[in-house]
Amino acid sequence: MSNGDVKMSNDMIASTATRHRKLSAEEIAEIEHEMTLYPDKKAVGLEALKIVQKYQGWVSDESLLGISKYLGIPASDLEGVATFFNLVYREPVGKNVILFCDSVSCWIMGCEGIKKHIKDTLDINYGETTKDGDFTLIPVPCLGDCDRAPVMMVGPDLHRNLTPGAIDKIILDYSKSKSAE
Amino acid sequence: MVNNPLTKNIDMTRPPMDIAAYEANDGYQSIKAIAKGLSSDDVLQQVKDSGLKGRGGAGFPTGLKWSFVPRGDDSPKQKYLVVNADEMEPGTFKDRLLMEGDPHLMIEGMIIAAYAIHASKAYIFLRGEYIVSQQVLTRAIAEAEERGYLGKNILNTGFDLDIVVHTSAGRYICGEETALLNALEGKRANPRAKPPFPQVSGLWGKPTIVNNVETICNLPGIITYGVDWYHGLTKGNDHGTKLFGVSGKVKTPGCWELPLGLPIRELLEDYAGGMQDGLELRAFLPGGGSTDFMLPQHLDVTLDYDEIAKVGSRLATGTMIVLDNKTCPVGMVGNLMRFFAHESCGFCTPCRDGLPWVDEIFNEFENGRGNEKDLQILHDHVTYLGPGRTFCALAPGATAPLGSGLKYFKEDFDRHIKEKCCPYKH
Repeated sequence: MSNGDVKMSNDMIASTATRHRKLSAEEIAEIEHEMTLYPDKKAVGLEALKIVQKYQGWVSDESLLGISKYLGIPASDLEGVATFFNLVYREPVGKNVILFCDSVSCWIMGCEGIKKHIKDTLDINYGETTKDGDFTLIPVPCLGDCDRAPVMMVGPDLHRNLTPGAIDKIILDYSKSKSAE
Repeated sequence: MVNNPLTKNIDMTRPPMDIAAYEANDGYQSIKAIAKGLSSDDVLQQVKDSGLKGRGGAGFPTGLKWSFVPRGDDSPKQKYLVVNADEMEPGTFKDRLLMEGDPHLMIEGMIIAAYAIHASKAYIFLRGEYIVSQQVLTRAIAEAEERGYLGKNILNTGFDLDIVVHTSAGRYICGEETALLNALEGKRANPRAKPPFPQVSGLWGKPTIVNNVETICNLPGIITYGVDWYHGLTKGNDHGTKLFGVSGKVKTPGCWELPLGLPIRELLEDYAGGMQDGLELRAFLPGGGSTDFMLPQHLDVTLDYDEIAKVGSRLATGTMIVLDNKTCPVGMVGNLMRFFAHESCGFCTPCRDGLPWVDEIFNEFENGRGNEKDLQILHDHVTYLGPGRTFCALAPGATAPLGSGLKYFKEDFDRHIKEKCCPYKH
């Protein structure tokens, strides 16, 4: 490593330390509550990531560094957890996250056709967000509702027995709920 | 007498019973029995005598598992109970039904288990996507606390118990109990080396029992109605009832509580209504994605742990996935391989590198580029990823549908090679 590289990496460390976002009072209140439930504050790391995501929509570098500073957990450990779990988003997502089940029972019941219909309608693939920021499409392992396959979640809601027609209605409903606000 | 102890209160057309309705149907009687003097040793003995086996997939005797927890004054004071509610086995949809349909049954079961192993703290490790379960359980826990069934000095027994609902953030590997414990401690969910086993050194190094939701839900019946009643439930060799599910192209897919020991045919034809019109049964996975395929010739095998093991598969979660004659078997196995490749925690090499390789070969087959050499590589992986070669049971689980699929669907793999396409699509 040349001297220039050393300097750059030191600068990066110094800059990340100042880049943290100060957590909001609501976020801190929820994190503090979680800390009463576990004997070790490290256990709260994942909870804190989820709490921040609830308020911010996703977990930015600044948020992650904010949690790291608040809980005293190294950012690398926290990042290791954040990138491990499917439901922690390290990139911005749309207003509605579609968790699309493509595991075996849904596959047998034709989820590939449903996925294609979503893709054609919204013009997004797995991991992408619509241009208007309304929907993000993410695959999810078996949602545990296999007798009503194919299924998917939109935000907190589970939708069952999906057909192309049902998809059209779901997309319309969630788009409407936005314009009604 | 009650013959459906797991689902007697469940009616999904209405909200779950509140605590008063639950109590009115023999609910929390076991806690009252404990208050009247039933000792933790008695509870442990009754659960051992019941013959209950773990319903999460492995089928290990529950009482025996509990008996490994150190007891007595020189054992660690803090012990933990953890309920594995991270249901994510492909094709498995039974724990959701129990939690959303009758949350108090699980809470009562948790009190029994915690009392038996002297745990004063219990965590429900719940799948993050199970939002309704979380709401229903949280409300039921508050009701139980209000009644004095949870908290300090439960019904003046001197026994304390707090239950915390922990929602996870989505990884199949958390179903492996030591990976689950790491996740609960806020770490990446890599499995731990065993020994030490969690019963001795688990959550934060303390003795810990991890039980599946359905296992826990068996306990209130055993304590309330007794071991003899429990032994009277079965139609086969293993004891109790179990939730059995059927998904795939059958007429009426669903989940039912049935005694162990019924023929598979009865589940598939009487309860699930048989195959949809115009389709024939090609094969089925008897208990989720990590089990070996079984064939129509196995329909008279009974739903018992040992009977299904005799034909080379496992009862596991009891939720059957049905393959019909117009769905590509190679595609189905490929779907499972993609799942396992995605869900590998990445800790050990055979699993981290082997499963994506297998997945990639299935993609080649799907796109008409599979060849004999690829087929041999798949066969080799059944050995490379098998039991004893990996750090945990995830990859060996994947070899169950892979190995049995290669054996039973050889002609379909050959046709993919010969016709250079998926014959089911053309």
